Amino acid sequence: MKKVTVSICTGTTCYLMGAAHLLCIDEVLDPYVRDHVEARGAHCLGLCHNEANGRAPFVKVNDRVIADANLTLVLDAVREILEEEN
Amino acid sequence: MFHDNKANRLRKEILLRVARAFFTEQPDKSLNRIPLVMRPKRGESSRCCIYKDRVVLKYRTMAALGFSVENEVDELKPISAYYEEALKRDEPVKPVLTVIDDACSACVTSRYSATDACQGCLARSCESVCPKGAIEFQKGRARLDPEKCVNCGLCMKACPYRAIIRIPIPCEEACPVGAITKNETTGREVIDHTKCTYCGKCLRECPFAAISDLSQIVDVLKQLKAGNAVGMIAPSAIGQLPGTLPQLVSALEQVGFARVVEVAEGADETTRQESAEWAAKMSEGERFMTTSCCPAYIETVERHLPEIKPYVSDTPTPMAFTASNVRKLNPEAVTVFIGPCIAKRVEAAKNPDVDFVITFEELGAILVGAGIDVLECEEAALSTQVHSEGRGFAASGGVTAAVQALAPGNAALEPLIVDGIDRKAISRARTWATSSCSGNFVEMMSCEGGCISGPGTLGNPKIALRQLKDLLEKTPSLKAETVIDNQPPFTERPPSIYMEKI
Ligand code: FES
Repeated sequence: MKKVTVSICTGTTCYLMGAAHLLCIDEVLDPYVRDHVEARGAHCLGLCHNEANGRAPFVKVNDRVIADANLTLVLDAVREILEEEN
Repeated sequence: MFHDNKANRLRKEILLRVARAFFTEQPDKSLNRIPLVMRPKRGESSRCCIYKDRVVLKYRTMAALGFSVENEVDELKPISAYYEEALKRDEPVKPVLTVIDDACSACVTSRYSATDACQGCLARSCESVCPKGAIEFQKGRARLDPEKCVNCGLCMKACPYRAIIRIPIPCEEACPVGAITKNETTGREVIDHTKCTYCGKCLRECPFAAISDLSQIVDVLKQLKAGNAVGMIAPSAIGQLPGTLPQLVSALEQVGFARVVEVAEGADETTRQESAEWAAKMSEGERFMTTSCCPAYIETVERHLPEIKPYVSDTPTPMAFTASNVRKLNPEAVTVFIGPCIAKRVEAAKNPDVDFVITFEELGAILVGAGIDVLECEEAALSTQVHSEGRGFAASGGVTAAVQALAPGNAALEPLIVDGIDRKAISRARTWATSSCSGNFVEMMSCEGGCISGPGTLGNPKIALRQLKDLLEKTPSLKAETVIDNQPPFTERPPSIYMEKI
């Protein structure tokens, strides 16, 4: 089964708006999900330059963009993708 | 303990928009539009309507420009006019925490409430235990009459279903010194400035972000343009912005700081002097000595623990040493302390060597406003004169470890670390003066976890602590300095490579 990639943007804009707290995502994933997720920090995703993209911090779950991201939104997206793929 | 939530993000977004505006051609226009852009027509509102939201946003923007709501004499005065005024001032505004009246939701005074969990039981212990007859039953369920309730909490203890809960008022709960209380007529919170220690706990805990401190962001932006600012970064900078410490230093140079110094270098000096001071005091028969570097602790002593004052170390703080050194080398330098702390603004106001204080939040906003991404910056060279002791000041236990490493006769040092100053810690401290203290070296930190979890941080304290530990492993220790006693005093030593560039 393919892993879901979670790219947490840690460019300065996203970091300022709370990305640092999202980097703890590993701690909140339940063990089953954790095996299927690869979370990592990323350089600026280029989304912060246009307000139309929404508010920072941005997280990409596979190719889905989450604006104003928080752990709940990210986890929901991960779960949805896992369900779709199985 | 640390807070990444919507209230906190809103506060940072305002700082960012202010910084961004500064770098545009027409700051006035962007500034005046902040409330409109953030609460557009037909958009969501967090209060009754977008119009009220916009008013509150205007007050928040004023705070970001260094004005409190009380400064508003004319409601029609636009944000841009405050901005012009801010640009004209030469000194930062007097530090003060204020409640944005319109943002304060006037949390319920009646602290106890019966929930749906009430079973309307036969026993009705709550009713029988209430001394004021405040419990009524409506449709078989308990209800507390707020007019009669005196908040004694007996009903909560009596309920076998735990159906009665206590609703805290978050800011009052967070304040360790009872400085924030309700105005009985308006229901809104008011800060008693004679009691406030500027610890920032209420600011963090208020779910409506109704408490604000007055930013110096515009003052610093102006100095950056003038080109004479020296950035003094606190040891806790680690983990507060993306990238490495050397990258952060080069980001600061890019944004306009003429020089950047690590306050850790001053912390090394605090370590040297404080350990010597401790040893001297112990040999004079003193019972204990407390640290002096946490400004919220110092304010707590000033306002609430006068009996402890004789036991507080006289050694200057890392910020004080660093600033005085910068000034000695360049009397024209405009010194800007960059840290996690808002109480440092109070300390700076008392120290002529420190001109401005900004937080990591404010620094982040400045960098983003200027379009600088720390992750894309080169690595600047760091001073070689910084030691693990000084850098270690960033986390709880760090000052103790540093002093312990250096103190003559340190085997006799019995540390007591107060990790977070709350009500209990304050009453405990009071007993040290009157009866006994369980240690002879007491480290006092207002913030739980130490500076890395201060109110002006951006990082996640856990991750920051990990990064700090990694950095400390790579940093040489002061213990390697041979015969410490033969070292000339800090300020007379040849300046480090870093300082030399000034
Ligand atoms: S910093 Fe995250 S998208 Fe640019």
